Amino acid sequence: MDWVNAVVQGTLLGGLYALFAAGLSLIFGVMRLVNIAHGDLIVLGAYLGLTVVMATGLHPLLALVFVVPTMAAIGYVLQRGILNKTLDDDILPPLLVTFGLSVILQNLFLEGYTADPQKMNAGALETASVSVGGLSLGVLPLLTFIIAIVVIAALQFIFYRTPLGRSFRAVSDNQEIAQLMGLNKRHIFGLAMALALAVTAIAGILLGIRTSFDPTAGGARLIYGFEAVIIGGLGNLWGTLVGGVILGVAQTVGAKIDPGWQLLAGHIAFLVVLAIRPNGLFPRVSG
Amino acid sequence: MSGQIHEISRSSQAARVAAVLGALILIILVAAPWWAGRADMRLMGELFLYLALASLWNLMAGYAGLVSVGQQAYVGFGGYMLFALTIFGGLHPVFAIAGAGVLGALIAIPVATLIFRLRGAYFAIGTWVIAEVFRLSFAQISALGGGSGSSLPVGIVRSLASSRSGRESLSYWMALGAAVTAITVVYLMLRSRRGLALTAIRDNELAAGSLGIDIWRTKFVVYVAASGLTAMLGALISLQKLRISPDAAFSVNDWTAYVIFIVVIGGIGTIEGPIIGTLIFFALRETLADLGTTYLIVLGVVAIVVMLKAPKGVWGFIVERYDIQLFPLRYRVNLKEHAKR
Repeated sequence: MDWVNAVVQGTLLGGLYALFAAGLSLIFGVMRLVNIAHGDLIVLGAYLGLTVVMATGLHPLLALVFVVPTMAAIGYVLQRGILNKTLDDDILPPLLVTFGLSVILQNLFLEGYTADPQKMNAGALETASVSVGGLSLGVLPLLTFIIAIVVIAALQFIFYRTPLGRSFRAVSDNQEIAQLMGLNKRHIFGLAMALALAVTAIAGILLGIRTSFDPTAGGARLIYGFEAVIIGGLGNLWGTLVGGVILGVAQTVGAKIDPGWQLLAGHIAFLVVLAIRPNGLFPRVSG
Repeated sequence: MSGQIHEISRSSQAARVAAVLGALILIILVAAPWWAGRADMRLMGELFLYLALASLWNLMAGYAGLVSVGQQAYVGFGGYMLFALTIFGGLHPVFAIAGAGVLGALIAIPVATLIFRLRGAYFAIGTWVIAEVFRLSFAQISALGGGSGSSLPVGIVRSLASSRSGRESLSYWMALGAAVTAITVVYLMLRSRRGLALTAIRDNELAAGSLGIDIWRTKFVVYVAASGLTAMLGALISLQKLRISPDAAFSVNDWTAYVIFIVVIGGIGTIEGPIIGTLIFFALRETLADLGTTYLIVLGVVAIVVMLKAPKGVWGFIVERYDIQLFPLRYRVNLKEHAKR
């Protein structure tokens, strides 16, 4: 039963990782940009949530009402102000610029919030649990997993059923022709980054309720998100969810074997998938 | 009769002057233990190690298109190998440094075959995962201090040289030697046949491939060589610090972020760039370090601005203005008036 429990908890943890990954996957899909600062932007979401909670006394989940639009606005401005200038055939500028951004963000967090680990208090939600078939499931992890499914379904809907999604797919397929058809790719990229950071805001708040975070927490979140994307296969959002679940299960099962093995087991699962199926389990586009 | 002679050469006046000046500066630097103070020597030793790290990273990112944010994997690996080889293998530290380099290159082979499956930017994050795997693995080895790390036993430190000033001079010379070695290796590699292939890949990977260059193999050789040398540097770094812990040895900020800033600011894809970048980096650090986190924010902003406004860095700017190169790599055609005698 302990092992079943580890697998179930890992699956729920995978929902959080899928949320880390969804923004990364979206940005890569639309503009082939890999954002090294993605993890730090997740942590930015958590810090913004913390600030709202401290200033207003709202419940962290209600803070989403402020944090999601703020992050989306930051995303649009960031894309149009800086990142659009780096998009070219050369992969070096976007990588190095987002890397610089990552260092700037981490040090801004240090300046603004000190190096002490912080956490958002969600009251009874943190300890509440439901009993399912002899297993005790935390309400928060369960809620996180459901949110992950809803977010991915929503992204899937936006991508394939709305005019906005159509323009995302158009610039993704061929930027020049999309421009000729009257799309402003700079604006579209801005909207894509806004959407990605809105998702990132949700991930950040859920992270901040679940565990404590500090200014340097971003790197590991980037890596988890990235691993989920690669395991699931590039360009496949539902695959990303599966990737997150595999990563989460590997971590909790690893921790069950030996607490020191938790993170290592996740990375090893990623490397095994990379060795056996370099394009991930459910690839849709070639990278 | 008078006429024009076309002369093809690699060398130039500037390169010859640079070579003479470089040799002079090197002699002065080698003699540093007789003219520099203890603190200055420490600072210069650190500068040389960063120069070497930056030159190697530049070889990978600037020429082979291998943008790694995970070279700290090899810095930390080399450091731990120094500890393991001296403590458990009983090797003299100098041999342990060489051994760390060999082991670093060996471990880079399976790593490369695995992460070369990731393309472009995903390769970069893949290298970071490898560094994390290394860090977490070494944190599990309790014989090397586990998560909290360990110190180099006094006996091993003494075996380097009996007096404190002797040890300091030796470690300074080793750092200087490492920088000279790294730059020489990069220079010779670029002048070789493989260097021509690398430059072609840098300029246009698709065109280079269609001309028959084995891109995978060329990149593989660069990755393994750079990683082995980086592991040697890691061993040297840990010998200077005399202490090792997973978090410090595999720090992404110390061994990758700074190195990337150095190369980007100095000028990526040139040999001169990392040299200038290292000097600027240390000048900034010595003047702004008191500002703490602000200093790092400034550094990040400078790197972003350079990447957006002058992607070839400071050296690229100088080359555009004055068309000089200090390390003769390119052939050029000189039009000469035939002298009448």
